[in-house]
Amino acid sequence: MTVVRHEPFADIARQREADRLGMVVFLASEAMLFGALILGLLALRMFEPVAFAKMSERMILVAGAANTAILLTSSLLVAIGAEAMSAGRERLTRTMFALAALLGIAFLVIKFTEYRIEYLEGIMPGAGPKQDFASPGERMFMDGYFVATGLHAFHVIVGIGLLAGSSWRLYRRDPPSVVGIENVGLYWHLVDVVWVFLFPILYLSR
Amino acid sequence: MALRSLIWVWVALLLLLAATVGASFLPIGQWRQLINLMIAFAKAALILWFFMKLRDEKMLVRLMAAMAGVLLLIMAIMLTADYHFRS
Repeated sequence: MTVVRHEPFADIARQREADRLGMVVFLASEAMLFGALILGLLALRMFEPVAFAKMSERMILVAGAANTAILLTSSLLVAIGAEAMSAGRERLTRTMFALAALLGIAFLVIKFTEYRIEYLEGIMPGAGPKQDFASPGERMFMDGYFVATGLHAFHVIVGIGLLAGSSWRLYRRDPPSVVGIENVGLYWHLVDVVWVFLFPILYLSR
Repeated sequence: MALRSLIWVWVALLLLLAATVGASFLPIGQWRQLINLMIAFAKAALILWFFMKLRDEKMLVRLMAAMAGVLLLIMAIMLTADYHFRS
């Protein structure tokens, strides 16, 4: 599996390093985006500890924990797939990425089920058959929850698209480059890292 | 990197997940926040180092990744300082 060197790079190693650096800079910017949201949630926890804990207890822990396990497993599959690509084992990459995309879909199914339950229970701010908040602090928790997990779910959808798209291209014998596959993998891992922080803050602040 | 190492990392991640969920049922009060945050950092570190292959990267790339963390840390410090200096 050869990589084509192109301008302005003098050698493949420099080109590869630049490719990787570009992706890491992008991921760092994504981390800043989610980091700001997470710090906002932590700030709310500092200022309204009682309301925060109370709403956190109303989250469906089983769903959150299952979603975390799903994402961690999908990250493993993606890591194996990316590794396989470097080793030239494209069929393995194809399978791993397809499975990871399926796990991503499972994540979304659970997430949207949770959203539906929250809608019906009256803790979706501004929507639903009723509004069941005892204080503004509680409502703020749910605002933060929907913004953070909603933005995260959007990133999961994009990630599923990338994984499924890569898998499809591999199936159609129009393989992306090794760097492209690795970058798709990095994106998915970042989505996983963000959830790793969101889960304890939202679900375990009891 | 060997398949086995990746699987071990995954096992470690799942164990940390079990620990963080378990910790939320222990009667440890205020320490829970800190422990959960530390476990989250440990999981993120494992993912970054092994799955995202930061361990194989050059220092420049690792530095760039660390920068995001440093900037967020600065923001967190400013946030905490703001809270503590309010009367």
